[in-house]
Amino acid sequence: MAAEHLSRPNGEPGDGEDPRQCWQCGHPAQHSLFCKYCNSLQRPQVDYYAFLGIPRKLNLDLDALQRKFYELSRLLHPDRYTLKPVTERQFSLEATAILNDAYRVLRDPVARAEYVLRENNLEKPADGPNSVPPELLEEVFEMNMALEELRSGDASVRPQLEQTRQRFDGLRRELDSKLEALFRRYDVQPGKSALEDIRAVLVHRRYVQNLLSQVNKELAG
Amino acid sequence: MSLMQIDFGSLRSSRIVGIDLGTTNSLVAWMDLTGPKVIPAQDGAPLVPSVVAYTREGEVLAGHTAVEKLVTEPDRTVYSVKRLMGRGLGDVGGELKLFPFKVVQGSESVLRLSLGDRTFTPPEISAFVLRQLKQNAEQALGERVERAVITVPAYFNDAQRQATKDAGRIAGLEVLRLVNEPTAAALAYGLDKRKEGIVAVYDLGGGTFDISILRLHQGIFEVLATNGDTHLGGDDIDRLLLEIALEDIASEWGPEQAASPVLASILRQAVIRAKETLSTAPAANIEVEFEGRSYRRQITRELFERLITPIVDRTLGPCRSCLHDAGLSVDQIDEVVLVGGSTRIPLVRQAVERLFRARPHTELNPEEVVALGAAVQAGILSGEVQDKLLLDVTPLSLGIETMGGLVTKLIHRNSTIPASATEVFTTAVDGQTNVLIHVLQGEREMVTDCRSLARFDLKGIQPQPAGMARIEVRFLIDANGILNVAARDIRTGKEQTIEVKPSYGLTDGEVEAMIRESIETAEEDFRERQVREARVEADAILAATEKARQHEAFGELSEEERHEVETAVNHLLLAYHSDDHLLIRAQIDHLNQATMKLAETMMNATVRQALKGTKI
Repeated sequence: MAAEHLSRPNGEPGDGEDPRQCWQCGHPAQHSLFCKYCNSLQRPQVDYYAFLGIPRKLNLDLDALQRKFYELSRLLHPDRYTLKPVTERQFSLEATAILNDAYRVLRDPVARAEYVLRENNLEKPADGPNSVPPELLEEVFEMNMALEELRSGDASVRPQLEQTRQRFDGLRRELDSKLEALFRRYDVQPGKSALEDIRAVLVHRRYVQNLLSQVNKELAG
Repeated sequence: MSLMQIDFGSLRSSRIVGIDLGTTNSLVAWMDLTGPKVIPAQDGAPLVPSVVAYTREGEVLAGHTAVEKLVTEPDRTVYSVKRLMGRGLGDVGGELKLFPFKVVQGSESVLRLSLGDRTFTPPEISAFVLRQLKQNAEQALGERVERAVITVPAYFNDAQRQATKDAGRIAGLEVLRLVNEPTAAALAYGLDKRKEGIVAVYDLGGGTFDISILRLHQGIFEVLATNGDTHLGGDDIDRLLLEIALEDIASEWGPEQAASPVLASILRQAVIRAKETLSTAPAANIEVEFEGRSYRRQITRELFERLITPIVDRTLGPCRSCLHDAGLSVDQIDEVVLVGGSTRIPLVRQAVERLFRARPHTELNPEEVVALGAAVQAGILSGEVQDKLLLDVTPLSLGIETMGGLVTKLIHRNSTIPASATEVFTTAVDGQTNVLIHVLQGEREMVTDCRSLARFDLKGIQPQPAGMARIEVRFLIDANGILNVAARDIRTGKEQTIEVKPSYGLTDGEVEAMIRESIETAEEDFRERQVREARVEADAILAATEKARQHEAFGELSEEERHEVETAVNHLLLAYHSDDHLLIRAQIDHLNQATMKLAETMMNATVRQALKGTKI
C-alpha cells in the first residue's frame, strides 16, 4: 500500500458541473471566489497564491499574509454559511480548508519553498536520513559517539554535546539566511536553476534539523 | 432548487441554543438582545446535574431528581458519563471499579452501562441530560428548540466528538456545531472584557483538563495551540478523598461495610462537600451517617493540598507544551482566564499564577462561562452576531498506518480547522480490488501508541496489475473537529465507495435505531402523561358527583335521570384503570352530560337560597 502526495486535490470540477459557469445563476464564473452576478460562493481553486490573492514570491510580508488570512476567514468560514444552501455550505467547508492549508504552508518559509518546488514539478527533499554532507562527516561521527556515551550514563559528554548543538544551531541559521538570499534571487529572476539551488539548501537544512532534534531530545531526556 | 428553499426555510424556523454538556453539571444558554444568558431550570437552578437514573419503576430521571437516586439506587444511577464517551471497554479499565454501576461490552467498539433490566450506551445517557436541557429551554422560551451548539473538551478525539454529536441527535437536537470549551470561554470572556491580545484559557472541570492559547484581534478569536488531558479533573480529587475515607471505614467498621455501594455513594457526596468547603475554609469534615453508625474525619487544607499536588502538577506539562506549540514564551501571554469548577481550588490558582507569572482572571463565573460562549457561537451561526469569528484547531495529529506499523502524519496537531490532506493509494497485488486504510489520531510514531480512529475500506477497485490503480483519498477535518473522508478513482474520476468501520463508536445505523427508540419512548412518556392527566380530571369530577349526590337536588331528579348519572359514574370507574386516555376522557364527557341537569338544579337551589336571605 503505497501513498504519495498529490498537489491538486480539488482543482477539477465535479460531475456534470461546468467550472466556467456559476453553479447558482449560470453566468460566467471568471475564476473569482464569488460570482459577480449573484454573489454566491464558487467552487474554490487550489493554487495557494492565487487563492490568497498574493504575488507569487518566495519572500512574503507575513503581516500582510495574516491580514489576508483573517479577511478571507471572515468571508469563507463555515460559521457564516450555516443558513445557506447545502452547495454553498460544502464550498465554504472546502474553501476554508484550502485557506487554512494555504496559510499554514505559506507562513512557514521552508514549507513555502517546498510548496513552490512541488508546483514546479521538483521533488520535495526526502524525509529520511540521506547521505551525510561531507563537511559534516567528522562532526556527525563524534556526535553519535557522544550520544552513545550519554545513553550509557556518562554525563561528562554533556558540555561537548551542548557545543555540538550550538554549532548545528548556528549552521541552521546560516542555511536560513542562505535560503533568504536565494528567495530574493528567485523573486527577481524565477527559474529552474534558482529552484534547484533552493532545493539543495533545503536538503542540507533538513539534515541539520534532524541532527538538532536528535541532540535536543537526548539532552532533554 | 425547491429542495434548497425548503432546506433554507426549515433552518430559519427555530432558535439555536448553546449547551455546555459537562462531566458534573450541564447548562443551556441563549442570546437575547442584551447578550448571552443562562436559562435556568423550572426550579430556578442554572446547573443541571449530569446524572441519569433508570429507576426500579422503569422511569428515566435526569438532573436534580436523578441526584436523589445516587444514594437510594446507586447501581441504577449514572454520573460522569462524559468520561466514558467514545471509549471502548478496553481503554476505561481501571476507572470502572470506581463507578457503582455496571459497564458491559456492547458491540465490539462500544461499551454499555447495565442498569437493571436495560443497557444504555454513553451517548444515550448523555441524551437524557440534553433532553432535560432542551425541555428547560423550551419552557423558558415558550417555543420549540431543535438546534444547538454543544461544547466539548478541546482535547476530545474524533470518537469522543462523534459520540457527543450522536447524543445530540438521540435527544432530538440538530447539533450545528461542536465548540471547544476553552474557546467558548474565551468568546464569552472576549465579549465582556479583553478585546485584543494573547489569552490563555486554563480549564479544569469535573473530568477533563484543557489549556488553549488564543490571539484576539478585531473580533477574530484564533486558537494558536491547545493541549490537555481528557481524564483529569475534580473527579480524580474526589477519588483520592474517597479512598482515604473508605480505608478508614474498612478498618473501623470492617471491609463488608466499606464495600457497600450505597455507602460509597453517600460518602462521595460528603467528600465533594468537604472539597468545596476547603476552597474557602482552612479545614473541613467528611461526615456520614450510615446504618446507625457515624463516621467523621477532619481534612485540613494542608493535607488536602499535599494530596492533590500530583493532580495539579499533571496540568502543568500540557501548559508548557501548549506554550511551545504556540511559539510563545510566558511573558507574551497577556491574560490567563480560569474556567471549570475545579479552578476554585486555591492551590490550582497558585499553580497557574506561578506558571504564567500573572494573576489569573476569575470575574466570570467559571461554571457558566462555557455555556455563555456556546450561546455566542449560536448567535454567530444564526447571523445575530456578525463581528466575531472563531478559528479553532485540531488537538491531535491525524495519520495513516504505513509499512511496519508506523504512522505517517497527514494533518498535524494545532492545524486550524477545517483542514485537509490528500493521499493517493494504489494496489500491491495484481487484481487487488480493495485497499484498507487505517486512520489514527495521536502524536506517537507507532500504530500501537496512537488511537485507532477508523478503518476505511476502498471497495470495488477495477482489477489491474499491482501499482496501476490510483485512488485519491481526501481527509478533511471539519469545523467540529470531526474527520470526513472521500475517495475517487483518478483515472475514471468516479467517486469510490468507502466502507467506514469506526474503531470506537456507533455506526450510523445504530444511532438511527436509538433515535427511533427515543422517539417511541418520548411518545410513550407523552401517552403516560396524558393518561395521568385524564385520571386527575376523572378524580375531580367523581368527587364532585359524589358530593352532589348528597345534595337535596339529587332527589329532585327523575328516576331515569338518577340512573343515567349512576351508569356514567360506573362507566368512568371502569375506564379509569385502562391505559387509554381517550376512553377516560370520553367517559368524563359522558358523566358531564349526565350530570348537567343535576348541576342546573343545584345551581337553582343555591340561587333560591341566596335570594331567600336577601331582602329586595
